[in-house]
Amino acid sequence: MAELLTVKNLTIGATSYPPGEPPKDITIVDGVSFTIEKGRVLGLIGESGAGKSTIGLAALAYGRGGVRITGGTVELDGTELTGLKRSGLRRVRGAKVCYVAQSAAAAFNPAHKLGDQIIEAALRHGILDEAAARKRATELFGVLSLPDPETFGDRYPHQVSGGQLQRAMTVMALLPSPDLIVFDEPTTALDVTTQIDVLAAIKHAIETTHTAAIYVTHDLAVVAQIADDIMVLRHGKTVEYGTAEKIITRPDETYTRDLVSVRSITHPEAKDQSDRLLSIERVDAGYGRIQVLEEVSVHLPKGQTLAVVGESGSGKSTLARVITGLLPPSSGTVRFKGEALPAALSGRSREQLRQIQMIYQMADTAMNPRHTIGQIIGRPLTFYFGLRGAKKRERVQELLDHIELGKGFIDRYPAELSGGQKQRVAIARAIAAEPELILCDEPTSALDPLVADGILKLLLRLQEETHVSYVFITHDIATVRAIADSVAVMFKGRVVRFGPKSDVLAPPFDDYTDLLLKSVPEMRLGWLEEVLSERKMAAAGN
Amino acid sequence: MAVTQDDRAPAGAAGTDLAAAASPVLPADLPPPATLSPLSAPVVALNDFRGRHPLAALLLQRIGLSVVLLFAVSLLIFLGVEALPGDFAQTYLGQSATPQAVANIRAQLGLDQPAVTRYLSWLGGVLEGDFGKSWASGQSVTSQIAGRLGNTLFLAFFAAIISVPLAVGLGMVAVLYRNRFPDRLINVLSLGAISLPEFFVGYLLILFFGIQLGWVSFPSTVYSGMPFLARLQAVALPVATLVLVVLAHMMRMTRAAILNVMSSPYIETAELKGLGAFRIIARHAAPNALAPIINVVALNLAYLVVGVVVVEVVFVYPGMGQYMVDAVTVRDMPVVQACGLIFAAVYIVLNMIADILGIVANPRLRHPR
Repeated sequence: MAELLTVKNLTIGATSYPPGEPPKDITIVDGVSFTIEKGRVLGLIGESGAGKSTIGLAALAYGRGGVRITGGTVELDGTELTGLKRSGLRRVRGAKVCYVAQSAAAAFNPAHKLGDQIIEAALRHGILDEAAARKRATELFGVLSLPDPETFGDRYPHQVSGGQLQRAMTVMALLPSPDLIVFDEPTTALDVTTQIDVLAAIKHAIETTHTAAIYVTHDLAVVAQIADDIMVLRHGKTVEYGTAEKIITRPDETYTRDLVSVRSITHPEAKDQSDRLLSIERVDAGYGRIQVLEEVSVHLPKGQTLAVVGESGSGKSTLARVITGLLPPSSGTVRFKGEALPAALSGRSREQLRQIQMIYQMADTAMNPRHTIGQIIGRPLTFYFGLRGAKKRERVQELLDHIELGKGFIDRYPAELSGGQKQRVAIARAIAAEPELILCDEPTSALDPLVADGILKLLLRLQEETHVSYVFITHDIATVRAIADSVAVMFKGRVVRFGPKSDVLAPPFDDYTDLLLKSVPEMRLGWLEEVLSERKMAAAGN
Repeated sequence: MAVTQDDRAPAGAAGTDLAAAASPVLPADLPPPATLSPLSAPVVALNDFRGRHPLAALLLQRIGLSVVLLFAVSLLIFLGVEALPGDFAQTYLGQSATPQAVANIRAQLGLDQPAVTRYLSWLGGVLEGDFGKSWASGQSVTSQIAGRLGNTLFLAFFAAIISVPLAVGLGMVAVLYRNRFPDRLINVLSLGAISLPEFFVGYLLILFFGIQLGWVSFPSTVYSGMPFLARLQAVALPVATLVLVVLAHMMRMTRAAILNVMSSPYIETAELKGLGAFRIIARHAAPNALAPIINVVALNLAYLVVGVVVVEVVFVYPGMGQYMVDAVTVRDMPVVQACGLIFAAVYIVLNMIADILGIVANPRLRHPR
C-alpha cells in the first residue's frame, strides 16, 4: 500500500516567557514517528499537554501561537512540508490536508453563511467551480444526515445546533476531496447522545470517500471505534504505537493499561434512606417567561451522594442554582434537614449559607486570579468562623494537607497550578466551611481521565471522613457509576428517572435513559457498529 | 429511535445551555397567562412584537431614544442660553442704552414673555423648520444657516470620503504587517498627526502648500455660484487638515478591532484553508470587527461637522462654526440656539446610525434562529 504521510523524528518546540525570567525553549513534541497509508485512520490519544493536537496540526505544517517544528520530517505524498514556503503551504492547506476543529461553534465565522464557508477552500484552490462545489456540498450534507440538505448551506452558524455544526465542519473538510483530514477532538464538546451520531457520520464519510485521517482525542473508547492504528502519547513522546486491536486488547505499557482500565473506582451503594438531609419538592423554576424546571422532586439522605445526570440544557445546573438560592423557584420548596429553606439567597441566614457549599466545573473562573491559594481558602474561614492571622494560616495548611496538595501551596497563585490542583483548591475552599452538603457542578468534566479519577477518590474519602453529602451534577455515566448512591436522570427540565443507583442503572429502562446509557462509548472494537445496527433494527421494528 | 438529537445546542457556556432549554418554548408560543388584566394587553403585544421581530424592535427603540434625547438637548440648549450672562439689548445699544430703549427692544424681541412661553414657541417654530429671526441682522436664521451648513457639509463630505476608506485601509495594512516596519511607520505617523493641534497642522499646510509652493489658494473663501472645481481647490487645504486630524483615530481603532478578532478560532480555520493573508483580514476578520469600527467612524464624522470651528477660523472658511462663533460674540441668541441644536442633532443622528448599523451588522440579530 502507498504511504501517504510519513512523519519521522518530529520535534516541535515553542519559546515560553515566564514572568521575571529569561525566555526559554520548551519541547512540546519529542521525536515522534508514524506513517499513514491512503484510506487509513490513525488515532492519536493522550491527556492534555501530551502534544496530540500539535502533532495533528503539524500535518498541515501549522503551529498555534509561537509553536514551530524544530526537527524531523513531515512528508506528504512525496512533498516535504517542513521546508515549504508560505505560498507552498497554502497550496497544501485546505486542498490536500483539511482540519476539523474541536469546537466547530467557534471555528465557523459568525458573519458568513455556512455554505459559503464550506465551499470557500475548494473555490480558492480552484478544485471545483462554484456550481459544482455547491452541488457537492448538498450531497455531503445528505451523507452526514444534516437536515434539509438543499438549503442547509443558507443558514448562519448560530442558526444550527452544535452537533450539526460539527458535521458541517466535516463537510467543509471533505469538500475539496483532500488526501488527509485531521480531526481534532471533533466530538468532545458534544453530548453523548449527539456524539454517537457525529461519530457514525464521520466514520461513514471516511469509508465512502476513502480519505485518510488523523483522529485526535483523549477518549480511548471513542478512538477505538474509528481508528485502524492508535498512537498513545504522553508528555510529547510516544508511549505505544500499534493497531487499534493490539492497543485496546493487549497493551504493553502500564500507562496504556491505565487509560484502558480507567474508572476502576467502585463505591458500594448506601441503602439507608431514613435520615433525609435535602428534599426538593415539586420545584418549578425558570428564567423570565422561559420555564426550565418542571415539577422536580428528589431527595438525598445524609452522608450520601445524589448524581444528577442529563445532557446540556436538561436543567441540571438550574437545579443547583435553585438549591443554593441563586434562582428562587416559581413554586415548590427546598427542605434542608426537614426545614423549608428561604427561596432566595438574601433570605438565608449565614448558618444556612455555611451548610451548603459549591464546587464548579471551571476551577479557573471560580477563583480570583489575583488571590493566593491561602487567601482563597482562608476567605470562608474568616467569613464563617472569624478566623484570622496565624490561626487562619494554620487551618489553611491543614486543609491543604487534607486535599493532598501540601502546605507549600499556600502562597502560590491559581495560574501556577494545574487543572487538577486547582480543582483540589476549590474542594478545600468548599470543605473549609464545614458544610453538610456540597453541590458539585461537573467538577471533573474539564479534567483528564486519570486526574479526574484522583478528584473522585478525594471526594469519596472526604465523604467517608466527614459524612458530607454531595449533589453531583454530571453528564458522564461512568462517573455516576463510580460515586453515586442514588441517581436522578433529567431530560428537558423533568426528572425522568430517580432512585437508588442499582435500580436506575438496571433495566427495564425508559426510552431516554436507554438511549443515554447506550450512547456511552465502550472500550471495545465494533461497539459503534453494534449500537447502530441495533438502532436500525429498532427503527425497522417500529 | 424516537428522540432525534438535532435540536440541541453545543455543551459549554451556560448561555447556550439556556438557549437550548429555551428553544422548545419560544415566548411567542406561550399561551397568555390566565390572570391577565386589560391594562397589560399592550405590554403583551409589545413583548410579542419583540419576540417575533427582535431586529425591528431594537431599531425602533434606538430611533425612539434618539428623538427623546433630541428634545432633552433642545431644553438644555435653551436653558444654557438663558443662563448666559449679558443681554442682547444692552450689547446692541451700547452707549445709548436708556432703560426705555432697552425695554422697547426686549418687548420687540419678545424677551418680556415668560421663559416657558418662549421655549414652547421656539420649539414649535423649530418643528416647522423655522429657527426664528436673527436679532443682529433681522434676517431668517433658517435661510442664513442653509448656506453655511451646506459649506460645512461640503467640507465634511470630502474629508470623510478621503479619510474613512484611507483609515480602514491603512488599519488593515497595519494588521497585515503587524509589528513589522509598515505597521510601526503607520503608527508613528498617525500618533504624530493626533498629537499636533489642528490649527498648527493647518498653518503648516498653509505655509508649505499655500505660500512656499503656491499650489493652492489661501484663504479658502467660497461663495455661492462658485464653480465646482474652484470650490474643490479652495477647500483642499482645510480638507487635508481635517483628514490628518481624524485619520489616526479611526485607523488605530480599526487596527485594534481587527487584531482583537484575529485571535479567534475562525481565523485559524481560514488560515488552515490555505487562504491568503489579505483575504483572511478583509473577509474573515473585518466583518466581525465592524461594530467598533462603525462607532469610531461615526464619532469622527460628527467631529467633522461639529468640531471644525478651529479649522474654519484658521482657513477663513464660511461654515457653521464661524457663524456660531460670530453669533456668540454679539449675543445673537436665536442663531446660537439654532447652531447648537443642529450640532446636537448631527451628533445624535450619526451615533444612532452607528448603533443601527452595529445592530444590523450582527448576523445573530439579522437572522434570528
